[in-house]
Amino acid sequence: MLSSYAQGLIILVCINVIAVTGVSLLTGFTGLFSFGNAGFMALGAYVSAIASVELHTPFLVSLVAGVLVAAIIGFGLGRLTLGLRGDYFLIATLGFGQVVQVLIEFFDKVTGGARGFANIPPKTTLWIAVVLAVGSVAVAANLIHSKFGRNFTAVREQEVAAEAVGIDTFRFKQMAFVLSAMFAGFAGGLFAHYYMYIVPKMFDINESALFTITVVVGGLASLSGSVISCVVLTLLPELFRSLASYRMLFYGMAVVAIILIRPSGLMGYHELSFGWIRERMRAKRGKTASKEGKT
Amino acid sequence: MFLQQVVNGLSVGSVYALIASGYALIYSLLGFSNWAHGDIAMVGAYIALIAQTSGHVPFWLAVVLAIAGAGCVSMLSDMVAYRRIRNNHSPKMFLMIAAMGLSITLQNLIMVTVGPRFRTYGDVIPVRSIRLGGISLGVLDLLTMGIIVVALIALGLLIGRTKFGLGVRAASSNMVTASVLGVDVNLYIRLVFLLAGVFAGMAGVLLGLKYNIYPTMGSIALKAFIACVVGGLGNVPGAILGGVTIGVMEALVGGFISSGLRDAFTFALLIAILLVRPSGLLGKNIVDKA
Repeated sequence: MLSSYAQGLIILVCINVIAVTGVSLLTGFTGLFSFGNAGFMALGAYVSAIASVELHTPFLVSLVAGVLVAAIIGFGLGRLTLGLRGDYFLIATLGFGQVVQVLIEFFDKVTGGARGFANIPPKTTLWIAVVLAVGSVAVAANLIHSKFGRNFTAVREQEVAAEAVGIDTFRFKQMAFVLSAMFAGFAGGLFAHYYMYIVPKMFDINESALFTITVVVGGLASLSGSVISCVVLTLLPELFRSLASYRMLFYGMAVVAIILIRPSGLMGYHELSFGWIRERMRAKRGKTASKEGKT
Repeated sequence: MFLQQVVNGLSVGSVYALIASGYALIYSLLGFSNWAHGDIAMVGAYIALIAQTSGHVPFWLAVVLAIAGAGCVSMLSDMVAYRRIRNNHSPKMFLMIAAMGLSITLQNLIMVTVGPRFRTYGDVIPVRSIRLGGISLGVLDLLTMGIIVVALIALGLLIGRTKFGLGVRAASSNMVTASVLGVDVNLYIRLVFLLAGVFAGMAGVLLGLKYNIYPTMGSIALKAFIACVVGGLGNVPGAILGGVTIGVMEALVGGFISSGLRDAFTFALLIAILLVRPSGLLGKNIVDKA
């Protein structure tokens, strides 16, 4: 069996994949950037943790409670802010993420404040995490290929045109935003029940920034790209663990390098599929063949 | 008591304003939020620290080195990263992501080379205060406010009265037209990064004098960023007004309501402004062309 270190890494990757899938749905498929997803993750984590510890609810019920609270708050926040222009929307969500953190610290009677909330039962096992991560990605992939998904894409590519052909763009943005909040809340619940101890600092703006970086590095509009880049970016600092303090330095430089060298992200607008791989292989063979023809 | 808090707020707010003005300058030209701006201030603070402790130079020279160094780092960040992304014609968001990567890089570079400990400059400025009609004014606070007022007036003259300022204004109103009319846009952008970096370096040293020097001190730029939005994104006078407003509000909330809720009020103000007047206090209404 895997060592507990390896298991921990896989669970961490799975949790991040779920959260990033949410951000990918929002950013990649509607063109909106949110910096508040760590806030939703915090809501999911704290609600499910408090439910498990104080109300002794079963794991599944706690998780669902966290997702629901994230969804409701996401709906309200979306209502207020989705009419804003891209940049302003980003700043509003950023403000939301900070407010969540400040309020968790302020209501320390319920949440434990800055000292954290401890004694959460360890329920997130390796298998649960893997199954749920795969399931979440599958749900998101299905959604993208449905009529909804095409509408999301229409909103991203040409909002005015989408509106003109009768797509209620606000409603679709609202839906994408609530979905991304739900994914984040779900990831938060799993996170809390894996680490058994949570502090508000775990869900700060840097966490939101990391999700967005992951999606951009993977390629906007490519769900499989987001997943691949999430796995790579989560494991990258771990590979350099022997270099201890240098690892985050490399991480930062890697992000800048990828943006410079591959402007459309790892996968660009492509999805990883057998058809796509076959096409790439053929294109490559075609190129070498034509080169051979010249010489 | 009330006046005292207002004065404290003005002192912090003027530092926000100094950082925010650099933010606003870059935003007005390139339309992206430079997340690494606060980290440039941090780098400036550290350059002064290293010059002072390892280089044993007099403090005024350390400050000059810090300001010059921060300006150079800021300009380099444009030459290494942002300019290429502009040339790639990538979405504007990519500039921001690159800035985030740069922010992580700078913070960890300092963490690795200097270490994560909190540092200070020692007793460079006497910790004295002047009493003035029931209000006590710290020497450092007075100096801070004085320097910043002079710097911001100089910035205003530079943008409003010189040929350089005319070029910057032309480029910010329409970059393509400006370049067609013979403005070397890339040069102007580089100079604006230099200018913003100089201001950030100044702010970094002032922050280091008032509080501590540590690798994540640049996160204060988040407040400066909010100041920009409150005043109107890309509007320099607006950024200054926003910075002072937030500084005073934080001091008042901290003094009279609860210091734990200080940040919550700041972000509530941000969201309120976005909902009521998204273009900010002094911003123009820009219609999004989607």
